[in-house]
Amino acid sequence: MADQIFFDGSRPGRLLIKLSGEWQMSSRTPSIDTVVLQLDQHKDIQEAAFDVSGVKKWDSALIAFVLEAAKLCRKKDIRVAQDGLPEGVRKFLDLASRTKEKVAAPEPEPLSFLERIGDQAVRVKNGMFVLIDFLGELAVAFGRLAGGKSFFRRDDFVMIVQRCGVHALGLVSLISVLVGVILAFIGVIQLEMFGAQIFIADIVGIAMVRVMGAIMTGIIMSGRTGASFAAELGIMQTNEEIDALRTLGVSPIEFLVMPRVLAMVIMMPLLTLYANLMGIAGGFMISASVLGINPVEYLHHTQAAVNLSNLWIGLAHSVVFGVIIAVSGCLRGMQCERSAAGVGEATTSAVVTAVTAIVVATAVITFVCQMLGV
Amino acid sequence: MDQTQTPIIEVRNLELAYNDYVVMRDINFSVTKGDIFIVMGASGCGKSTLLKALIGLLRPQKGEVLYSGIDLWALDDEGQKAVMRRFGVLYQGGALWSSLTLSENIALPLEIYASLSRGQIRDIVALKLAMVGLSGYEDFYPSEISGGMRKRAGLARAIALDPEIIFFDEPSAGLDPVSARMLDDLILQLRDTLGATILIVTHELASIFAVGTNALFLDDRKKTMGAIGNPKELLRTSRDPKVIEFLTRGERQEGAVS
Repeated sequence: MADQIFFDGSRPGRLLIKLSGEWQMSSRTPSIDTVVLQLDQHKDIQEAAFDVSGVKKWDSALIAFVLEAAKLCRKKDIRVAQDGLPEGVRKFLDLASRTKEKVAAPEPEPLSFLERIGDQAVRVKNGMFVLIDFLGELAVAFGRLAGGKSFFRRDDFVMIVQRCGVHALGLVSLISVLVGVILAFIGVIQLEMFGAQIFIADIVGIAMVRVMGAIMTGIIMSGRTGASFAAELGIMQTNEEIDALRTLGVSPIEFLVMPRVLAMVIMMPLLTLYANLMGIAGGFMISASVLGINPVEYLHHTQAAVNLSNLWIGLAHSVVFGVIIAVSGCLRGMQCERSAAGVGEATTSAVVTAVTAIVVATAVITFVCQMLGV
Repeated sequence: MDQTQTPIIEVRNLELAYNDYVVMRDINFSVTKGDIFIVMGASGCGKSTLLKALIGLLRPQKGEVLYSGIDLWALDDEGQKAVMRRFGVLYQGGALWSSLTLSENIALPLEIYASLSRGQIRDIVALKLAMVGLSGYEDFYPSEISGGMRKRAGLARAIALDPEIIFFDEPSAGLDPVSARMLDDLILQLRDTLGATILIVTHELASIFAVGTNALFLDDRKKTMGAIGNPKELLRTSRDPKVIEFLTRGERQEGAVS
């Protein structure tokens, strides 16, 4: 390595840099520090020259080295003689010296604390307007649907219903049964102390039907279907498919969003009903097999505990969740930036928005029910 | 240009911006019926933005876009739709609806706007596909055909309703030279058979000279229009170094050498 570079200072005021061997990116080449050292040691140097007659093979590594050396020399007002360099290197040097100063990427001005708060407030305000606009358009679309004037493909609608209904059954079954099992296990620990194990039936039944069935289904569906809505519409946005609809005079809200919202609003209560049943079945299985509760008595207790108002409250939850999931998925998809990263962001944002909104909505509904005493 | 005829598209004092960022200003031009009008300029100069304003996707900051004297951006939703119904757009990647087959893609505009029976729609779809050389591909999905075919299918959809005006966004981008040439021929054919007026956004020199009857050059540095005229004439007579540089692929920097 050391023999790849040799400095000849025999002529006063002139530094001849002799290079030899292989100068390739894949091989080890001397660092520029040796040149720095030479220039520092000999303050009287006015001209630097290269001799590359000994170089066998070279690529950009040599050019980079020579460029770096030339830059050092220029800083110290040392002339660089180029005649010793191969033709190719000289061309590159010429090219490199012509490239302009590095263009600074546009950087946003640093904002003060107050400005940042203001910025955020404006963003929230704009976001609200976009949401209201979206919901308004959606309402108009549903109005047209009610008037029988809306335009969307029935086949698409059936496909969406299938995707967010039947195709979700497996996952909903698994999660709901397990939630029922978990509720039963947690309940039995407390109730055993009073010898009141049979009340597990009440706990599992009421919890599942009134809220847990809807919440679990909602969370499953926002991860499953909400995300897929966002990705689907996001890709359509990226491919200009949504532009193509607009220029055709078709409202993308009516053609794409409305069928999805409708499908979710129809399928969510049905899935929730199914999840309720599965959850109760889970609790029943555990109680009857492991906890040793009389199966007939269990069913009887469940029937007595779960009244119709619990069921309606659970279904009301599910309808609200359906709207939340479909709207957040579609809204994020429609807002999607036209890039691959944009689609990923839209999907994430759709799920986060939906799950957050589901939890907030549950809290609100629970509070309202408490106030109304149902 | 024939002064007695109302231009089919007229743009007056157009200013385009994304939020506060102005892309182009002071754009004025008109397109006569039967023209093949080219909007050209370097990449990133705002060609596609201008197209968006023309086809109703981006509201301009200022100015008017007149179709036979009617300002597109002064109309309400329904009015805009009525104007937009008169034109077809071929998007850069074809923009076919990916969940629909080719025939469903082309049938959709017909289902919305034409009162035709299923059989008639099927016949028209077959005809349009034949016009772009895709007979027999009715039941293919967009993901199952090549990029060039997608573009042609997009064109078939754009001409489904026999539009008066057809917009092309970078038609030859991503096509091999032979396919690009075929598309140029197709554009000429469409003008002659449908009597359509055509506006093409492109920077493909071969196409510009092959089909363009009139052209608008957008200058990305000045952020406005550079020159307007027949591209071959422009090459011969323009004194704008930017125009000459563009039309000669940077080989001639000075204007009016010949």
